Amino acid sequence: MNQIDRTHDTTDSATEIRQTTCYMCACRCGINVHMKGETVQYIEGNRDHPINKGVLCAKGSAGIMQHYSPARLKKPLLRTGKRGEGKFKEIEWDEALELAAGWLGKVRSDDPRKLAFFTGRDQSQSMTGWWAQAYGTPNYAAHGGFCSVNMAAAGIYTMGGAFWEFGAPDWDHTELFMIFGVAEDHDSNPIKMGLGKLKARGVKVIGVNPVRTGYNAIADEWLGITPGTDGLLILSLIHELIRSGQIDIDYLIRYTNAPWLVIDDPDGDGHGLFARDDDGVPLVADRLSGEIALSSSPGVKPAMKGSFTLPDGRSAVPVFELLAKKYADPQYAPAAVAGRTGISADTIARIAGEIAEAAFKREIVIERPWTDMKGERHARMIGRPVAFHAMRGISAHSNGFQTARALHLLQILLGSIDCPGGFRFKPPYPRPVAGQPRPHGGACADTALAGPHLGYPRGPEDLLLEADGETAQRIDKAFSWDAPLSAHGLMHMVISNAHARDPYGIDVLFMYMANMAWNSSMNTTSVMDMLTDKDDNGDYVIPRIIYSDAYSSEMVAFADLVLPDTTYLERHDCISLLDRPISEPEALCDSIRWPVVEPDRDVRGFQSVLLDLGARLKLPGMVDDDGKAVYKDYADYIVNHQRKPGIGPLSGWRGPDGTKTGRGEPNPDQLRRYIENGGFSQVHVPEEAHYFKHANRAWSDWAIEHGLQDGPVENIFQLYLEPLRKFQLAAEGKIKPVPPEHHRDRIKRCFDPLPTWYPPFMDEGVEDVVYPLHAITQRPAAMYHSWGSQNAWLRQIHGENALYVPGAICEHENLNDGDWALVTSPSGEVRVQVRRMDAVNGETLWTWNAIGKRAGAWALDKNAPEATRGFLLNHLIDELLPPKGDGRRWANSDPITGQAAWFDLRVAIRRDPDQSGERSLPAAPPQASPVGTGPDQVAFTGEET
Amino acid sequence: MTSLPAPSEKRLGLVIDLDTCVGCHACAVNCKEWNTGAGASPLGDVDAYGGNPSGAWLNRIHTFEVTPADAPAQIVHFPKSCLHCDDAPCVTVCPTGASHKRAEDGIVLVTEDLCIGCGLCAWACPYGAREMDPVENVIKKCTLCVDRIYSETLPEEDRIPACVRTCPSNARHFGDFNDPGSDVSILVAERGGIDLMPEMGTRPVNKYLPPRPKTGPKTRQQTAPANPSAADMPNAEGGFLGWLDAALEKLG
Repeated sequence: MNQIDRTHDTTDSATEIRQTTCYMCACRCGINVHMKGETVQYIEGNRDHPINKGVLCAKGSAGIMQHYSPARLKKPLLRTGKRGEGKFKEIEWDEALELAAGWLGKVRSDDPRKLAFFTGRDQSQSMTGWWAQAYGTPNYAAHGGFCSVNMAAAGIYTMGGAFWEFGAPDWDHTELFMIFGVAEDHDSNPIKMGLGKLKARGVKVIGVNPVRTGYNAIADEWLGITPGTDGLLILSLIHELIRSGQIDIDYLIRYTNAPWLVIDDPDGDGHGLFARDDDGVPLVADRLSGEIALSSSPGVKPAMKGSFTLPDGRSAVPVFELLAKKYADPQYAPAAVAGRTGISADTIARIAGEIAEAAFKREIVIERPWTDMKGERHARMIGRPVAFHAMRGISAHSNGFQTARALHLLQILLGSIDCPGGFRFKPPYPRPVAGQPRPHGGACADTALAGPHLGYPRGPEDLLLEADGETAQRIDKAFSWDAPLSAHGLMHMVISNAHARDPYGIDVLFMYMANMAWNSSMNTTSVMDMLTDKDDNGDYVIPRIIYSDAYSSEMVAFADLVLPDTTYLERHDCISLLDRPISEPEALCDSIRWPVVEPDRDVRGFQSVLLDLGARLKLPGMVDDDGKAVYKDYADYIVNHQRKPGIGPLSGWRGPDGTKTGRGEPNPDQLRRYIENGGFSQVHVPEEAHYFKHANRAWSDWAIEHGLQDGPVENIFQLYLEPLRKFQLAAEGKIKPVPPEHHRDRIKRCFDPLPTWYPPFMDEGVEDVVYPLHAITQRPAAMYHSWGSQNAWLRQIHGENALYVPGAICEHENLNDGDWALVTSPSGEVRVQVRRMDAVNGETLWTWNAIGKRAGAWALDKNAPEATRGFLLNHLIDELLPPKGDGRRWANSDPITGQAAWFDLRVAIRRDPDQSGERSLPAAPPQASPVGTGPDQVAFTGEET
Repeated sequence: MTSLPAPSEKRLGLVIDLDTCVGCHACAVNCKEWNTGAGASPLGDVDAYGGNPSGAWLNRIHTFEVTPADAPAQIVHFPKSCLHCDDAPCVTVCPTGASHKRAEDGIVLVTEDLCIGCGLCAWACPYGAREMDPVENVIKKCTLCVDRIYSETLPEEDRIPACVRTCPSNARHFGDFNDPGSDVSILVAERGGIDLMPEMGTRPVNKYLPPRPKTGPKTRQQTAPANPSAADMPNAEGGFLGWLDAALEKLG
């Protein structure tokens, strides 16, 4: 028999292809699942899908091993041992749901705040958030707070969208591409596809990252920046562009608040706010007459510099003058930032020149007329072909919000937002703050919350504080003085605050797909202690934990009640425009998952379980007037739920006959239409609306027609961010509410309304001589989160992780490949194996993220390398900053958004004097596995041998 | 020992672009999946969830660090699979005829029923591109997805190797090197495609496109145009605000 003559061949006619959406990371590619009968045989990319256009990454191709993982939970579990041991008994669903409904019902009628409901890598946040709102707890969020909220919030506040789900580089037209600190799953395949296009066209790629792996390995130029200094590099580029006059003044006048007048009245309570008329319309000065005019007046030619007298006698200056003065300051000169960033002054100056050359000398013109929101007709679309992409590497710092703002400022000064060759918004974005909700808190027994939990505060008046003006309403202290613009909540603070009963204790911790007892928490060992800690009465400090997961993760061992979820091939889902959409710049897209295989275990999709619980709790919207469940399951909800009349989770095939897109009545046949179309809907944006969506009449009309917005939304890019200035005024005591004394200096310093840079907080809390190095993690391309370790194929690629150490440090510390080293931070120590690497910033150690596992988890043998030699850097990162001696708990987070500052970590490394023992430390005691250990061999059909 | 056929009319193989490969392992895993779940030759794994998992892979990604004297250190990702050599030592060394090179297209294959698992071919291959299946104890290797490229049931556009179809960055290309007009021949000509270890005399069919030269921090290509100096900023005559006036005037 030849290699080619084997029997099970997809090419035979017994194979059926079922098209759904991948869930091996957050990228959400379309997949063709090849079936032999009811057995999954092969998964490949869907060529028609807008995200991946046929390609598929290593994770997606290994999906078959995730689906047939031995770590899959089989039945609801009730804890029988101690928390963390992993000892459970299997129970029936009815018992599990009655138990959960009992706990949740009591909390709802006593004090709904005592439920903390947080979902991790949830792709159904519009549904889980809606459920939490109906329940009435203020304590809901997903994982954005420890992921990339700095990026998302900075983008929304500045221009109505950020990177990834909000927009993408114009890969087909850009002439220069710069990528900062990107984790592989943000936006996995599209970035690789885009880089491939740039390489084919010979377009220069500049990678900014402390580590030269992955995308940076193929970058034509690599800037091995020192962690936490990206903002300084960007502001220095801005300095160079302003110094040399290489900015797009026309673009700034048309689309930004650069001409708006800022009140110059140092002693007044309006100092630094925009000058406005009685209706709140910002004012500008006519540059010819000097007269004050409305910024909205068509035809006004606003001044960009100078001082003007307002009708009330106060002085005011245009934003642009403040901006130009700030960034022209020598503190941002390349020579001044070179030492701190680790990038030479010559390089910074040269790259500024290359950026300017691409933007202005290689201008792109598309001969396509369009009309702006002021009614002016433009004969053509002019592009500044410089594109950027950035993600967690710049945002997971305590200065990440301002850094992300700085990057958007750079893009806007170049005129490269939503123009040919620049960055392009993806529908439904742009959606500026004016089109976003405010946060909602408050909590009354047996009552729904008044509005969505998460939103975008316009100023201190939107904070969620108790009557004392200081105490946070939420358990994670989101939207408090700790983190005023925490648009995604602070999931990383929930367990720590609940354990400290600060601001209050909780009764039930309810989590979904969030491995908080392991890699999704800072300070993993302490978090495990908090979850198991008991009070003086012998009761757990966090009394009840309900957890839903498809697999036997580390967090499962700490749950009192486990609700087993399905795999991604067994479930309904919608990747909704109400949530985290998958559109492309020229198409409005959403998609579904559907059970291409039925579960062979007693498990249920979490969202269906949530609806069941909602009906048992008789939550508004989930039961009818007779108290009967409105939705049979999640699929029923996806089709029939309406957020507003005509607007539901899915945009495609609406209306009774499926002919409407965006707006339309529910269509009972909708899911079938999605399945027939390959699992997704794609509707193309009209050509006239392809660019300049922030100011494009054709886009606005189309967006309204398709239900993306209810009316025209003004989107003037906010170079100067007034809400931040309001917080400064509050800190100065000039407007109310006034923050407590201990917050004031930090707010005055960090809430600069113009993008700024300050050292990461950890730098201030540690001495350079004690912790001279930085340490960061990267997500490998072939592994996502902790899920990958149960995957028989992926764990052969990343079964353990070493700590990569710059060559000079290896030499200084006498470290050779394979040696064991002790790495310490102010909060802990790990023992790890080292490997020398030179393609890395000289002050930075790094490792792969989430490879280390607790023994006994994920159905792995207790001697699995993930547990014996793998490790988490998390043990070194505290959710709190080192004590400052003021007796307060200061979060290790961005002070503006609360984003977890993972990458601020500072460490020291030394050779372990005791090289015996092939184990990484700390090692948590093994957890018992409720699903046993995986088999020796894996058959491709999932049949264990 | 097994003989090689006369030169074939077609020489099918891969071009792998080392300037574009980000080392994501997509090709390796999709290859494993196709061959295990759907395709020709199931690739076994042992100790799959244990302390020392290992399995057969027909394509593996190696990562090298290069430290040039005059430029920053650099990472090169290097996907490696059978190169379907014209002078394939793995074929001539085979005692049973299991290892053979096809006369029609040059693809090197193993007839598993004839393979006695002696491993001589793996020793003979200078690239380490053959693997012993730990479950079946026979040699496995890249088939160039011969079950895909000649398939009559797959859609025409999918009649390419799985690794090529799945590669997200388009770093892998498939075609006939004997056809000067094929994509692979053109890429090799334009980008200076190279043989891997030519000194071994294997005359591999697959070619690698070398990484393009990188910009180092010391190469000064351009500088920002020296308009006004920072010292002039922002209030002097001329200077940045002078430039601003001129720019505004131009806007009218």
